[in-house]
Amino acid sequence: MRQYILRRLLIAVPSLLGISLVLFTVLALAPGDPFAELATNPNVPPEVAMALRAKFGLDDPVYVRYLRWLAAMTQGDWGFSFVSRMNVDTLILQRLPTTLYVIGSAQLLALLIAIPVGVYAATRPYSIFDQIANTLAFIGFSLPTFFTGLLFILIFSITLDWLPFVYSSDIKATGIRWLFEHIRQAIMPVMVLGLFQAASMTRFVRSAMLDVIRLDYVTTARAKGLGQPRVIVKHAMRNAMIPVVTLVALQMPAVFGGAIVTEQIFRIPGIGSLLISSILSNDTPVVMAVTFVFACLVVLFNLIADILYGWLDPRISFR
Amino acid sequence: MLDTELRTMIDEVKNGRMDRRGFVKRMIAFGLTAPMATQILAMGGVAMAQSPAPYKPTKRGGGGPLKLLWWQGPTLLNPHFATGTKDQDGSRLFYEPLASWDAAGNLCPILAAEIPSIQNGGLAADGKSVTWKLKPGVKWHDGKPFTADDVVFNWEYARDPATAALTIGVYQDITVEKVDDLTVRILFKNPTPFWADAFVAVVGCILPKHLFADYKGAKSREAPNNLKPVGTGPYKFVEFKPGDLVRGEINPDYHMPNRPYFDTIEIKGGGDAVSAARAVIQTGEYDYAWNMQVEDDVLLRLEKGGKGKTVYSTGGDIEFIALNFTDPNTEVDGERSSMKTKHPLLSDPAVRKALALLVDRGAIQKHIYGRAGRTTASFLNGPDQFVSKNTKWEFSIEKATQLLEEAGWKVGADGIREKDGKKLKLLYQTSINGPRQKTQAIVKQACQKAGIDIELKSVVASVFFSSDVANPDTYSKFYADIEMFQIPMTQPDPAQHMRRFHSRFVATKENKWQGRNFPRWVNKEFDAAIDAAEAEVDPVKRAAFYIKANDIMWQDTVVIPVMHRLKVGAATNSLRPVLSGWTNDTDNIQDWYRET
Repeated sequence: MRQYILRRLLIAVPSLLGISLVLFTVLALAPGDPFAELATNPNVPPEVAMALRAKFGLDDPVYVRYLRWLAAMTQGDWGFSFVSRMNVDTLILQRLPTTLYVIGSAQLLALLIAIPVGVYAATRPYSIFDQIANTLAFIGFSLPTFFTGLLFILIFSITLDWLPFVYSSDIKATGIRWLFEHIRQAIMPVMVLGLFQAASMTRFVRSAMLDVIRLDYVTTARAKGLGQPRVIVKHAMRNAMIPVVTLVALQMPAVFGGAIVTEQIFRIPGIGSLLISSILSNDTPVVMAVTFVFACLVVLFNLIADILYGWLDPRISFR
Repeated sequence: MLDTELRTMIDEVKNGRMDRRGFVKRMIAFGLTAPMATQILAMGGVAMAQSPAPYKPTKRGGGGPLKLLWWQGPTLLNPHFATGTKDQDGSRLFYEPLASWDAAGNLCPILAAEIPSIQNGGLAADGKSVTWKLKPGVKWHDGKPFTADDVVFNWEYARDPATAALTIGVYQDITVEKVDDLTVRILFKNPTPFWADAFVAVVGCILPKHLFADYKGAKSREAPNNLKPVGTGPYKFVEFKPGDLVRGEINPDYHMPNRPYFDTIEIKGGGDAVSAARAVIQTGEYDYAWNMQVEDDVLLRLEKGGKGKTVYSTGGDIEFIALNFTDPNTEVDGERSSMKTKHPLLSDPAVRKALALLVDRGAIQKHIYGRAGRTTASFLNGPDQFVSKNTKWEFSIEKATQLLEEAGWKVGADGIREKDGKKLKLLYQTSINGPRQKTQAIVKQACQKAGIDIELKSVVASVFFSSDVANPDTYSKFYADIEMFQIPMTQPDPAQHMRRFHSRFVATKENKWQGRNFPRWVNKEFDAAIDAAEAEVDPVKRAAFYIKANDIMWQDTVVIPVMHRLKVGAATNSLRPVLSGWTNDTDNIQDWYRET
């Protein structure tokens, strides 16, 4: 087991290097300039923009810049933002709690809806409940989040005036009220993201469950006289969860990576909005750091998923 | 009735020997209109008898929170590093300059005890120095006194190239010296008629010497206070999250009486302009939103809700179409649009004039910019004393057709005009931006009717405005026949705005296309007018030179002004923001209050 993890981690190194190389090259080749805004400002002489480019090393060849970045990264230095003139790690850590809270809650909500609904629907396939769940799921994942987001704002903020639509990372209340305000402003984004996730996950859980529930060992368990809840939860669900775990594990990096569109709509100061604003202002060190961390997380959670398989199904061995 | 007499009269008003009304009457007798007379008086160095912004609150604080919504949040809080308006706006809450600009483009003292003028001895008659008197008793947020040393330090800090300050252009050519603890003198190398650049408005925000002295030059980025401002402003720093939130609280020791009105202030960033307008005008969640680049129709619809409204401030920002005087399709020495070529079609003045007649500014205003634009024929649209009354525009397809016919451009078999085998086909480029693409369509339609074929091109803004030498699609390379964008006027003075068309600033391969004269227009008369204006200390004559320069550009059709753009903000009904088109929205933040 330990050997397996070690081997997987070692394999990860070259793939991460490859990813970083591709990311860096693509970013370097992309047109644009972090100091573009200065170009039309008559107050700033052109030499200043040139000097800034030189100071931040933008005029060096791509491979020199990549090696410099790589050397810094291995020493734990994530880079220095051109736009904010501060360290990228502070910038990212500042955004992380909000992203974890909002996107994490959304994922949790999705699981809380998807698993019971999916399992229940699978136990009674083609019943009224199954039909309704399926239809709703279909509608749910057909509607993009930017649409449902705007719809929610129009209904709950503008027409009904119940919920705020500008997310504030800094609420000036204390105690219960602070908690209440935090929950209140997160309702809409969490709903938008959570329902979207839940919709696709429900269908996934249902089909995984349907595959398992017809197998002989489930019939055996029933024949032994075990009750329906016990058969479903202890025998069928555990096996049905294997594909679901993969799906959830691959979603986990997104919890850290944020949701670009939803964060933009609700002005949630998360990683996603940091990424998009950095891309728009050509702040390459930030884009590089966010995407690279994202890549690391994908690799890590893949490993975690593989280890979880072994726990869910002891027949799977680590080699 | 020329110089001497006018000067004597102005002096009489200054000394109080003649009253303002008497002066205006005498001027009217000479055939000048009353507003023009007041302007001449103002230019002569007498402050206009303006009504200072009525500030009603009678005590400091008590106004609750002021919530501002910027759809691009400030990303840093050191005014010398500010790349865009958003950063300047954020820093301006905490840091202050010696003076700020009001709506009419006049100076208002902030950290200065008074505005320098000839009569108070602040301005040297030769235009080579300015002496600022500082307000006594001003304290930094940490309690240390504000003195002339701080002012001098900011000059040293910004002018050091190793600091990499973006304000270096303002400070590199001047010398600042301390006269005494509360007086500084700025020395210029040449007579400088526009002396109010250094230490004024956002580029003039002053950092405390005691916190930044160790971080001048290459170490500038390490200064802990880059992210934790300690200034003299109406609000003290509380919290900063780049791109998301800036928060401040009232400064109980602020140096202006009864100010500020609000107890806390915040700038929330992110999102888009339309939803920002909604959050202010429709739901009232926020008090003020900046830069409402939203179609007027949408704003009008939101305003029906009645919680807020849009507010406009007039500056000199101009949206225009520039015409290329060189040939973008011929390469000379590895350079397209080279100065060694001449544009095959646009070098004909008749074609340029016809194009100007084909831009339907009325329709563009009505259908696109609405209340946020004014039609104009001039490139220079403010302040008032510099605006030419000699230019005019019209939209007429018939006149354009006639002009082209007379110049020998005949309609060919395909409906496109041609002359000597050259077809009237133009490539029209701009940045990707809703209103710009609509304007392109309006112009293209009119041109088609007149037999000019226009091909439209739009480039992503981050590329179009980039200084990337390798990219062919930047506005300064101008590999197109005509192009359109906006040039903002960042100060109430035309010097920088007009200088860009001087022939020594032509954008070429040699200067890596950093020159600002991208139409590559060369006109000796214009150059002479600009050179003369820049050396002219007499405000009346100087204004005349700029008016002349503007008129030459108009006669020669170097650019076709499309719209004089106003700054648009959104405010809740009770808020009384103090805004100016000549400066950032937060430049007079200490005067904002709420009507109860």
